[in-house]
Amino acid sequence: MTDDLWILGIHMTKFGKHPDEDLVDLAAEAALGALADGGVTMRDVGVLAAGNLLGGVGGIGQLLQKQIGQTGIPVYNVQNACATGATALRTVCMAIKAGEADYGLAVGVEKLSGAGLLGARPRTETSGAWERTGRFGAVGTVDGRIGTETMAGVFAQVGMEYGHKYGGADFELFARISEKNHAHSTLNPLAAYQKKMSLEQIMNDVMIAYPNTRPMCSANTDGAAAAVVVSDAKLRTLSLEQRRRAVKIAASVLTSDPWQEACQVLPDVNTLTRNAARQAYEAAGVGPEDLDLVELHDCFATAELVHYDNLMLCEEGGAVDFFRSGAPWRDGSTPVNVSGGLQSKGHPIAATGIANVWEVATHLRGEAGPRQIEGARVGLAHVIGLGSACGVHVLERAAGVSAPRG
Amino acid sequence: MTNPQIPFVDYLELRPEPHLVAHECTSCAARYFDRRNGCAHCGGRDFRAAPVATTGEVRSFTIVTFAAPGVPVPFVAAVVDCDGTSVRTNLVDVEPSPDVVHLGMTVALTTYVAGTDAEGVDAVNYAFKPLGRAEQ
Repeated sequence: MTDDLWILGIHMTKFGKHPDEDLVDLAAEAALGALADGGVTMRDVGVLAAGNLLGGVGGIGQLLQKQIGQTGIPVYNVQNACATGATALRTVCMAIKAGEADYGLAVGVEKLSGAGLLGARPRTETSGAWERTGRFGAVGTVDGRIGTETMAGVFAQVGMEYGHKYGGADFELFARISEKNHAHSTLNPLAAYQKKMSLEQIMNDVMIAYPNTRPMCSANTDGAAAAVVVSDAKLRTLSLEQRRRAVKIAASVLTSDPWQEACQVLPDVNTLTRNAARQAYEAAGVGPEDLDLVELHDCFATAELVHYDNLMLCEEGGAVDFFRSGAPWRDGSTPVNVSGGLQSKGHPIAATGIANVWEVATHLRGEAGPRQIEGARVGLAHVIGLGSACGVHVLERAAGVSAPRG
Repeated sequence: MTNPQIPFVDYLELRPEPHLVAHECTSCAARYFDRRNGCAHCGGRDFRAAPVATTGEVRSFTIVTFAAPGVPVPFVAAVVDCDGTSVRTNLVDVEPSPDVVHLGMTVALTTYVAGTDAEGVDAVNYAFKPLGRAEQ
């Protein structure tokens, strides 16, 4: 017996428009799907962590329990920006590791279809005399007057900053990253958009914040994902089939952004990701070269580039060359975002940090169908939420059990 | 007669010449533009006013063409490295085009009237503009 943790069951809903389902419907579909996938019920679950960022419903965990099982277990409602789902997963991992439960259920759900531009609030001006508000003592809205608060604009600058530091990152390169993810999405039936797009289509689409055009931005969609985590000791008591399909959580890491010069001017999404990656590789005993696939947080095409470097998939400063070598394509040496990524699969915020784990786990089980990465043994799932929080999970196929080829 | 003027944000000082003033931690010299409870870097509680260089280099930028209602577009948002202190700003007096704005360009602080309130007071905001070759 070890203190290893395993994903026993996992499920994601189709991402896209779900006009006839509310948050709880989607969360219930994901949770019940994960329980059924793991061959357990709510009666087995000892701890629940649930996340929803923008729905404004309060305790999504308890609302979910009301529909699928009020068993009286502790519920942790978590919010951590775009890392909310990963935080829910990390929470149940900690509870199980602490010996407080044998099984934990983590759920993330969001309804964002038609949400428009995130991060931007309408400019409101007061009439009458100027009045200073907020920590900058501003007499009016800062967004648009002193830089931008839109997510597309912030992450555009994150990518441009990398280009300034290392060179070679231009509009066309970022668009080619998006071209890759849209091409990958054609094989994923759960993606919100499964349309291949040419480089020209991507570059000539509506510009949101240079160099990010619309298809280079994450898609606002509805969706949910859930995972059942089990302790090593409990897994050993389960059926051969359950053990065969269980996926080892070789590392579960959450970091926040340590202080860096300029981090309060433009969010530093790099340092906390590097820190999380370093901790995760160490905990898992693997290196970037061991990864058979990576799902990373491509909230914008400009973000994907910097995370090649932050996750150490390339040498420092080498992200442009890494991409140009073809490495992150699904037939490359380190396939990245074979799900289609957030740009085409969609980004229902709180669901994302579990949905990316679902994608990796599905490949490790050999159940990814036409988009299966052959013989995948180790994968990494990464999310980052501005503010900031970064979640990294390293997953491994069950040892000694050969997964069927898809 | 010109209107009385106030700075748009606390960290802009209009006189004698417009410049930004950071809160600098007296222990570790980390700089901040917002009201502080303590230093995020070292935990220090004491700060001194530190004037920030009024010229710098564009370290990153974006051209925002899609923004919140009421925000005029397009505009150039940027991070300017002012002699080691990073500043968030808009770039003005430059065509908002990737053919014109470029990483590493040298820029200088400038001010403009962002609005006038009901009592006739102008709020003066800062931005950065390209520094002509002759001025460099």
